Amino acid sequence: MSYVAGRVASALGVLLAAFTLAFLLLQALPGDAVMIRFESPELGLSPEQIATIRESYGADAGLLTQYGHALAGAVQGDFGFSAATGAPVRVLIGEAIGSTVLLAVLGLLTATVLAVALAVAATLLPWSWLAGAIRSLPSLFVSVPVFWLGIVLVQIFSFRLGWISVIRPGPLEGLILPVLTLAVPISAPLAQILLRSIDTARAAPFVGVVRAKGASEGWLLANNVLRNAAVPALTIAGVLLGELIGGAVVTETVFARYGIGRITADALATQDVPVLQAIVVLAAAAFVVVNLGVDLLAPIVDPRLRRRAAA
Amino acid sequence: MSTDLSLAPGPSAVLAEEAGVEAGDAAGAAGTVGGVAAGGAPGRRRRRLPALTVVASFALLGLVVAWALLPALFGHADPYAGVPSEKLAGPSPAHWFGTDTTGRDLFTRVVYGARYSLLGGAVAVTVGLVAGTAIGVLAGTIGGILDEALMRVVDVLLAIPALLLSLSVIILLGFGTTSVAIAVGVTSVAAFARLSRSEVARVRRTEYVEAAFGSGGRWWQVLLRHVLPNSLTAVLALAALQFGTAILAISTLGFLGYGAPPPTPEWGLLIAEGRNYLATAWWLTTLPGIVVVLTVLAANRVSVWIARRSEA
Repeated sequence: MSYVAGRVASALGVLLAAFTLAFLLLQALPGDAVMIRFESPELGLSPEQIATIRESYGADAGLLTQYGHALAGAVQGDFGFSAATGAPVRVLIGEAIGSTVLLAVLGLLTATVLAVALAVAATLLPWSWLAGAIRSLPSLFVSVPVFWLGIVLVQIFSFRLGWISVIRPGPLEGLILPVLTLAVPISAPLAQILLRSIDTARAAPFVGVVRAKGASEGWLLANNVLRNAAVPALTIAGVLLGELIGGAVVTETVFARYGIGRITADALATQDVPVLQAIVVLAAAAFVVVNLGVDLLAPIVDPRLRRRAAA
Repeated sequence: MSTDLSLAPGPSAVLAEEAGVEAGDAAGAAGTVGGVAAGGAPGRRRRRLPALTVVASFALLGLVVAWALLPALFGHADPYAGVPSEKLAGPSPAHWFGTDTTGRDLFTRVVYGARYSLLGGAVAVTVGLVAGTAIGVLAGTIGGILDEALMRVVDVLLAIPALLLSLSVIILLGFGTTSVAIAVGVTSVAAFARLSRSEVARVRRTEYVEAAFGSGGRWWQVLLRHVLPNSLTAVLALAALQFGTAILAISTLGFLGYGAPPPTPEWGLLIAEGRNYLATAWWLTTLPGIVVVLTVLAANRVSVWIARRSEA
């Protein structure tokens, strides 16, 4: 129980620190976004009016007061108002997050299928040259820029083969290429870790015993080896999540999809600090939650870890 | 936090894993994941085979460095002024990578663009290496509260996705090649910090370091004479890996439009500019992308090679 409490406390600590870092980093911006928006001569506001606006945004208070307000708001899911459009950040993100989460979840599923397929093919294929070639695929996949992969896929499947319409594809049809673009780079670290732990597990003495009893390689892989290989793969879930979020942002830009990626790009163009801050904090929260989940799940999946967790 | 390390491989190990199939050795060198079951015989066979890919990787990186240093030797056309009558021509012996909308030779532009990627990658790795190693060595040698505090900062840096972290730095520093390079460097600070801290911890436990302390050496003397030189290979391997990652990230940020403004022939920007001609001129996006992929692949291969050498 103390293990669980410790993990939760540590996760909350990281989250608070991430919020603080994002606050300090972005609050230190040269001209604050409120000024950029309201000082433009087109609006013709008087200095007094601007001061009132600043006050309403809380920009005139001390740094510590602002931090307290921001933190209290963030805890309740309130990230203030966009400095560029005036809309509540919560509404902006709420509208965009669905399509990004859908993309990310489908991307992760596809990546997992791809990684397992690669690992199994590299292990079971009887032709060593082909297995070797498949083994080196993940190192190629990590070297491919996500944005370029998306462009090349559009090039091939939409323009050369004409399989997927570029103009107004259906909702499902429009998802195929973005999901594929996202899945390929995510599958690489997963496939590498699976391959490595499959190799380790296959060399374990108990596998030799099962093999001696007459089990085929395929049976062995399905019943003994893959389960052993799953735990190490679980531990990189947090890293994968980071890549998934970054990849989704880029993929959305390439395929002109509305989502967190579009909001991020807009926030950057208009120096919209509250929006970027909220996105960074939410991403860190997702990372912390996933890692906490892995830390708590790993001892359940792998009994060997239970002793260590109890210690 | 020690339970954290025992359950999950450190970021250096995970990053090293991205380098290549045989990166198990790199991760082992990083001191986090070890014991890949590579038997003696396949190990020997593998050692001879990759030599060719290592040579090819070094040759490719050398060529790209030469492009960056002496672009006029390789690209014979003008990277900024085109010949309008030759616009949007496909790859040919005269124009290896074809020409763009204003008739500029794409190969020449890729050659001239090499310096932005390489210089940016070098700046990024330097930022990550210097800041990260300083944090890691301080945390590892002084320990105590400072260690705890510094490692919490590293945890936070790891919790924010790399792209969002670099975008936060870019919004702070403004757009441009230098801020992009620094922003990408910030994302690698955590990996260097964790690696150097674990290296310091590893070397500190060795007998010769105890002997150096026992014979009256001060901690900074021991640090400079023994700990740092012995951590060098692992740090170098990570640096090579981060160099490849940085080139990838720089091209991504360039593509998104946060780097150099047009008409700079930065690789990511070249691909972004070619996007509008997907149907008519495939070479504008495909060929510069292949150059990026090959450069990153070569850097990753060199990283694995460095890490494996330290094993032997």
